[in-house]
Amino acid sequence: MGKKPLETKIQATDLSVYYGAKQALHRISLDLYEQEVTAFIGPSGCGKSTFLRSINRMNDLVPTARITGHLGIDGVNIYDSSVDVVELRKRVGMVFQKSTPFPKSIYDNIAFGPRLNGITERKELDRIVEESLINSALFDEVKDRLDASAMGLSGGQQQRLCIARAIAVNPSILLMDEPCSALDPISTAKIEELILELKKLYTIVIVTHNMQQAARVSEYTAFFYMGHLVEYGKTRKIFTNPSKKETEDYVTGRFG
Amino acid sequence: MGVGIGCGGWSGGVREQTNKTIHGVSCLCTLQGTVFPLHIKFPLRRIFPCPSIVFLFKKFVTLPRTTSNPFINLVLMPTKRLIGLFAVGAATFAVVAIAGLVVSTMGTFLVNGVPHLSWQFLSEAPRNNNTEGGIFPAIYGTTLLVLVMSILGVPIGTITAVYLNEYTRAGAVLPRVIRFAVNTLAGVPSIVFGLFGLGFFVQFLGGGMDKVLGNTEAVWSQPALLWAAATLAALTLPVVIVSVEEALKTVPREMRESSLALGATRWQTIWKIVLPNSTTGILTGSILAIGRSAGEVAPILFTGVVYSLPQLPDGISSQFMHLGYHLFVLSTQSPDVDKTLPLQYATTLVLLLLTFTLNFAATFIRSRLRSKQIR
Repeated sequence: MGKKPLETKIQATDLSVYYGAKQALHRISLDLYEQEVTAFIGPSGCGKSTFLRSINRMNDLVPTARITGHLGIDGVNIYDSSVDVVELRKRVGMVFQKSTPFPKSIYDNIAFGPRLNGITERKELDRIVEESLINSALFDEVKDRLDASAMGLSGGQQQRLCIARAIAVNPSILLMDEPCSALDPISTAKIEELILELKKLYTIVIVTHNMQQAARVSEYTAFFYMGHLVEYGKTRKIFTNPSKKETEDYVTGRFG
Repeated sequence: MGVGIGCGGWSGGVREQTNKTIHGVSCLCTLQGTVFPLHIKFPLRRIFPCPSIVFLFKKFVTLPRTTSNPFINLVLMPTKRLIGLFAVGAATFAVVAIAGLVVSTMGTFLVNGVPHLSWQFLSEAPRNNNTEGGIFPAIYGTTLLVLVMSILGVPIGTITAVYLNEYTRAGAVLPRVIRFAVNTLAGVPSIVFGLFGLGFFVQFLGGGMDKVLGNTEAVWSQPALLWAAATLAALTLPVVIVSVEEALKTVPREMRESSLALGATRWQTIWKIVLPNSTTGILTGSILAIGRSAGEVAPILFTGVVYSLPQLPDGISSQFMHLGYHLFVLSTQSPDVDKTLPLQYATTLVLLLLTFTLNFAATFIRSRLRSKQIR
């Protein structure tokens, strides 16, 4: 694969997030690149999930949250008052730590997003569902039981279903908040394989506690600590030759 | 029906996350025939601010760790066991007492009521000043009343619960006012609801409607099925609101977030994810409301029920007969009370069976929905 020029997809400038009086993120500035996988690592409570959730404005749901600074996607500040949050979230998909299939059929789970967008034609929905399932490497396992309840799937399948559901609305960015933390190693390997496939189509940001996982799937890594961005750069560099002492201590397992 | 409470103090349950010992009182309550366990947990320090009392209480009541201290082994542990035994004993007694009460009550009405049950009794109208004939208009009226009440009350209660749970922030003033009002409503005697219904629904709303519609004679401004049902709906509103709210709370936050993250609006999330996941709770609310209201007579006294009616009500603006009120009429207003005794037993039995049937129907629908949901 030839080297493609890096294009900035998400650009944070001096982004601070407060929960009430507590500051959770301190003036974060970083650029995330298009069609690359970026991993956020750091100990619990370091602000990596907060940053992830500010990319699709999920923090809006927390009544006490307050955000200052600039966060641009494709050059548009998503915290501008003219930005429609609902439209934004359609462009920025999200997969959560706990797989959360809706208690509906597999088909209806994936069709949920497209239906919100007003797609009602059965043929079109069929196509989207099939495509999403194929792209999330779940199609072969469930193609004969699309009408069965999604609750009957295994944990790993449920998480891939959530990925399928997220990509069914055709986002350009995929946020993953510790997508494998509740899965067994085999399911985790499948999801990781899938992430490497999906990066051809989407810009992916993944929060993980698993250092090996970050090393395996990501091209870039950002290390957060106590609400500050300590270091950001090529994953290989972060893991083999970090420039900050804290980063080295963390990736070598000396703390965290 | 009465209220029965059996209770026992307990202590020593350890909360998983905080590892703190919790103390509390457990009761088995029976209210209007529904038995439910009630656990009141309280952190000790909030109740006993004085540390030495807390210490003493803990010493005597909480579960001591394994130890070789003879005082603990010979005095504290047996005391603790005794208290536990007392709690279990009290709860068991309560259950047995409740069961006995139910069996003896139902038994009385079954034994005395069944012989008089017949097709004629169920399908005919009362005759000869309520001393002969059947009770069909009363069965019809009661069923219709409960149905209209559910149609009016359940949606309003559900909407209120959705508002309280989904659209307000904890601690805001307005929801607190609403909650206070709802809780107060639950404690208002039902006869007061009857008076409220007469004043608000019949005279104010009904009178207003007649004026607006230009009716020269009273159509809406008189007691009617609609107003009686509305009064009952107001009476049962707190029950519906509380049970729907409980159901809404069980929908996991992650599920709402997943929906929102897919670009659903808040309303779409409520309509397509939260409410479908709460149908069982909504039905529970309806069941409790039906159970509470089917036997209520006081609220409908002034708002729609009548002594005797030659024909069935022909619409929601008609008056109607009601089983509970009919029973009252049979036992106090009849020229010959002794003669109507079998009628009274049979009427009571039918009222109980009707309430149970409505309850079971709703429970059945709920369990069907539940099994469909989880699969």
